[in-house]
Amino acid sequence: MTTTREFTLKTEPFVLNIGPVHPSTHGVYRMRCTLDGEVVIDIEPIFGYLHRGIEKLAEERTYTGFIPLTDRLDYISPMSNNLGYCLAVEKLAGIKVPERAEYIRVIMAELQRLANHCVAIGSMLNDAGAYFTPFMYTFRERERIVDLFDMVCGQRLTYNYMRIGGVSQDIPAEFLPALQKLVDRLTRFIEEYENLLKLNEILLARAKGVGILEKDTAINCGISGPVARASGIKWDLRRNDPYSIYDRFEFDIPTCENGDCYDRYRVRIEEMRQSLRIIEQAMKQVPDGPVKADVPHLIRPPAGEAYAHIEAPKGELGYYIVSDNSIAPYRCHIRPTSLINLAALRQMVKGWKVADLIIIFGSIDITMGEVDR
Amino acid sequence: MALADLALNQPLPMQVTPADWPGGYWWHWLFFTVVIIAFVLIMVMGAIYLERRAMGRMQSRLGPNRTGPFGLLQPVADAVKVLLKENIVPATADKVVHWLAPVVSFAPVLMIFAVVPFQNGALLADLNIGILYVVAISSIATVGVFMAGWGSGNKYSLLGAMRNVAAVVSYEIPLVLAIVGVVIVSGSLSMNQIVAEQDIPYILVQPLGFLIFFIAACAEINRSPFDLMEADSELTAGFHTEYSGMKFAMFYLVEYAEAIAMSAIITTLFLSGWRGPWLPPWLWFIIKTFVVFFVMVWTRTTLPRVRIDQLMGLAWKFLFPLALINLFVTAIQVVVWPDISQWIFVIVNFAIAAVLILLWSKFFKLGQGRIEV
Amino acid sequence: MKFERYGIGIIKGMVVTIKHLLRHPTVTQFPEQRLNISRRSRGNELIWSREKCTGCATCAKTCPQGAIEIVTSTNMAENKYDVETYRVDTGYCIQCGLCVEACPYDAIFMGYSYERAKYRRAELVQTNDDLLESPERPASGYFHPEIAEKLPRQTLLVEKIVEKRKKK
Repeated sequence: MTTTREFTLKTEPFVLNIGPVHPSTHGVYRMRCTLDGEVVIDIEPIFGYLHRGIEKLAEERTYTGFIPLTDRLDYISPMSNNLGYCLAVEKLAGIKVPERAEYIRVIMAELQRLANHCVAIGSMLNDAGAYFTPFMYTFRERERIVDLFDMVCGQRLTYNYMRIGGVSQDIPAEFLPALQKLVDRLTRFIEEYENLLKLNEILLARAKGVGILEKDTAINCGISGPVARASGIKWDLRRNDPYSIYDRFEFDIPTCENGDCYDRYRVRIEEMRQSLRIIEQAMKQVPDGPVKADVPHLIRPPAGEAYAHIEAPKGELGYYIVSDNSIAPYRCHIRPTSLINLAALRQMVKGWKVADLIIIFGSIDITMGEVDR
Repeated sequence: MALADLALNQPLPMQVTPADWPGGYWWHWLFFTVVIIAFVLIMVMGAIYLERRAMGRMQSRLGPNRTGPFGLLQPVADAVKVLLKENIVPATADKVVHWLAPVVSFAPVLMIFAVVPFQNGALLADLNIGILYVVAISSIATVGVFMAGWGSGNKYSLLGAMRNVAAVVSYEIPLVLAIVGVVIVSGSLSMNQIVAEQDIPYILVQPLGFLIFFIAACAEINRSPFDLMEADSELTAGFHTEYSGMKFAMFYLVEYAEAIAMSAIITTLFLSGWRGPWLPPWLWFIIKTFVVFFVMVWTRTTLPRVRIDQLMGLAWKFLFPLALINLFVTAIQVVVWPDISQWIFVIVNFAIAAVLILLWSKFFKLGQGRIEV
Repeated sequence: MKFERYGIGIIKGMVVTIKHLLRHPTVTQFPEQRLNISRRSRGNELIWSREKCTGCATCAKTCPQGAIEIVTSTNMAENKYDVETYRVDTGYCIQCGLCVEACPYDAIFMGYSYERAKYRRAELVQTNDDLLESPERPASGYFHPEIAEKLPRQTLLVEKIVEKRKKK
C-alpha cells in the first residue's frame, strides 16, 4: 500500500492596514497591504485625507491671492511651488521678469532644493532605523537655510515670496554674506554626513538592491525627479527644457543605474552638491536693478491657457492655468509630483518584506499636501 | 593559569560564606539581596539618564535638563508618570499569563547579579558554575517575553514575541561559545575565579570572543541595531503593546536592567571586573559597567536597524562559525602551550581575529532578497 | 548582508557620532535665552495706523481670506471717508502679508511679536483700537525698510560655529 501525501504548508494571506496615522514621518497616507507572513504581496493605496480643494479655491482667489495657497501644496518646498505658479501666469500674460529677480529666484529655488533634500534624506534614514541621529543632523542644516528664508520674507514655512513678474521684496544687505557662510558650511556638512552613513554596512544591506524601479517601468509611470534619475533616466527640466535662467549655469545631472533605495539616497546627496555649485555661480553674478516687473496686484491676463513646469525638488511640478480674462483663473490644475511618483510604489514593493516597505516608501519622498491638494 | 591544578575529579571548594563575614549565612544573604536590588534600581536609573543625555549630545541637542539639577530627576519623573497610568487589560487576554509575564521577565535579571563579583569575594553566592548559571537564567527572560506576546490576545504581539524568541535562541549559541573561550583561558566557571585570573584583561587575549559576545549580547537584549522587536517606525509595536502602567514599567525596567546586566557580565569576563589601581574596587566595577553601557548607547545612536532575516543570517552564518573557530584556536593554544606568557597569545589572537573578520566578510552573503509573488 | 568594507563604514559612522558628543549642541534654552527673530517677520497680528488709513479698503480686497472688514461713512465736510469699524479676524488670517503690500498709504503693518496667544476665540477678532501699535505689539519691517532698520539684527544659526566647543 503506497500512500502519497503532499506536504504543502498552506498559508493564507491576510490584510493589514498601515493606517493614515503613520509611525514614520510622511503624512496621512493609508495603505492596505496583503501580506503572506512577512512578505508583501499587494498594496492598495488610499489617500485623500488631506484634500483641501486648492484647485477649486483657485477659481475664487485672484492671481496674486492664490500664491499663499500654493505654499501649502508641497509644504516642504514652498518656494518651488510659488515659482512654478508665477512662471505659468507670466507665460500666460507675457510678462518679462527683470534680471535681478531671475537671479534671486534661482538662488531661492536651489536653496529650497537643499532644504527639501535635507528632510528627504533624514526621514528616509529615520525609517531605516537610525534612531533620529541623521534626522537631527540634516534638520540642523535645514534650520540654517530656513533662517535665511526668514530673513528675506519673514516666515519659515509658507514663504509667499515670489510674485507675478518677480519677487516681492529685495534681499537685505546681510543676505549675501550669510549665504556665503552657508555655502561653506554646507559643503563641509555633506562631507561629514557622507562619513556617517554612506558606507555603513547595515544601511547597505537595508537599502542596496531593495525596491528596484526598472527604467521602463519608471518611464511608463511618468516618474520624474530624483526617483527617475536614480533609475538611469537622465532627465532634468533644468537641462532638457530650461526655464528662467538655468541655461547660464554649469552643473551636472547625477544619475545612478540600479534604481534601488540606496541609489535614490545617493542621487539626492549629489544633487545637494550640484545645487551648491549653482548657488555659488549665481551669487557672483547677481546684477542690480528692480526686483519686480511693473505688474499690478490685480492682474487680468488675456484669455487663453498656459502650462509651465519646473524641476521641483521632488520631480516635475506643473501648473496648467486657463484664463478667461477675469481677475481669477478659470481653471488651475496642478500636476502633483508626489502623486505620480507614488503610482510606482506598488510595483516597487511586491515581494519585499514589511520593513522594506517602510524604507521604500520613505525613499520616494512624498508630501501628502501635494498628493491630495 | 590554573589548568594544571584543575583535575577533573577535584572541584574547587565552593565558598558559600566568606570566612570573615559576621553573623553567618543569613545576614550575608540579606545584606547582598538588599545591595543587589538597590544596585540594580539605581544603576537602571543612572543608565536611563546616561542614555538620554549621551544620545542627546551625540545628536547635537541636550538631553532632559529641566527636572532637577542637570535633569537628574528625569528617571524618577518617568517612573512616577508610568506608575500613575491606568492599568488596562484587554478583554481577550489570558489574564493569568498577562499578569505573570512581567514578573517572569524581571526576576531572572535580578538573579543574574547574584554571581557577579563587586569586590574580591563579595558576591551573593560564589558558585563554582557561575557563568553557566548566568547563561541558564538569562534564557528564562525569553519565556517571559513569549508569555507577554501570548497573553495579550493580539495577533501582532504574538508575531513580535515569536520574532523575539527566534532571535534570542539564535544568538544564544555564539554567546555561549564566546563565553567558553574565556572559560578555557581562565580555567574556571566561577566568576570570582575568572576575575582573579585576569592579569591581562581578556579583551586583549580574546578580541574575537569579545566582539562576538558584544554583538550577541546586543541582540539578546533587543538593543539597537537589533531592536526590531520594539521598533517605532515599523509595523508591529512589539510584545509590550497591550501593557500599561506598572507592568509596562516592568518591561521598560527589564530592558535597561538587562543592558546593565550584560554590561556587568562583559566587565567581569573581558575587562577584569573590579581590578584596578587607586580607586576602591566596587567603584572600578561601576565605572567599567558604565563604559560598556556607553558603547552600547553609542552604537544605538549611530547604526540603523537590521531586518529580521538579516538578523538571523548574521547569527547563523557570520557569528556562529567565527565563534567555533575562535573556540578551536583557543583550545589549541591552551592545551599545546600552557606555559608561555599570555602576551604572545594577545598578538597571535589579534592577528587571527583580523584575518578571520576580513575573510568572513568577503564570503558572507545574505541570499534573501525579493521573493517572487 | 555583505560586509563590503570589512566594518570600516560602521567605524567611520561611530567616529562622527562621538565627535558630535564633544561639540556644543545647537540648542537655545528658551525662555531664558531668546533669539532675535527676523526683521521682516510676518507675525501673528496686524497693526493699523488710524491717522494714515483713508478707508480705501484695498487691503480688504487683496486679502485672499477675507479677514479684513471695513465699514466707513462719508464725511462730506472734510471730503474723505471716516473709518467707523476696522475689524481683522486674526483667526482667518494666514499671515501672507498681501494686505501690507497692497496698502497705498502705509497704514497697515505686520506684527513683530510672537507670544500673543489668546485664551478665547472671541479675542482673536480685533477691532479699531485693539489694532494700534503699542509696546506689546511692535510693528515688523515686512515691506517697510524704514521700520526694519530700527529692529535688532536677526540671530542666524549659520553664524554659530559649532565645531569648536563654546566656552561660556
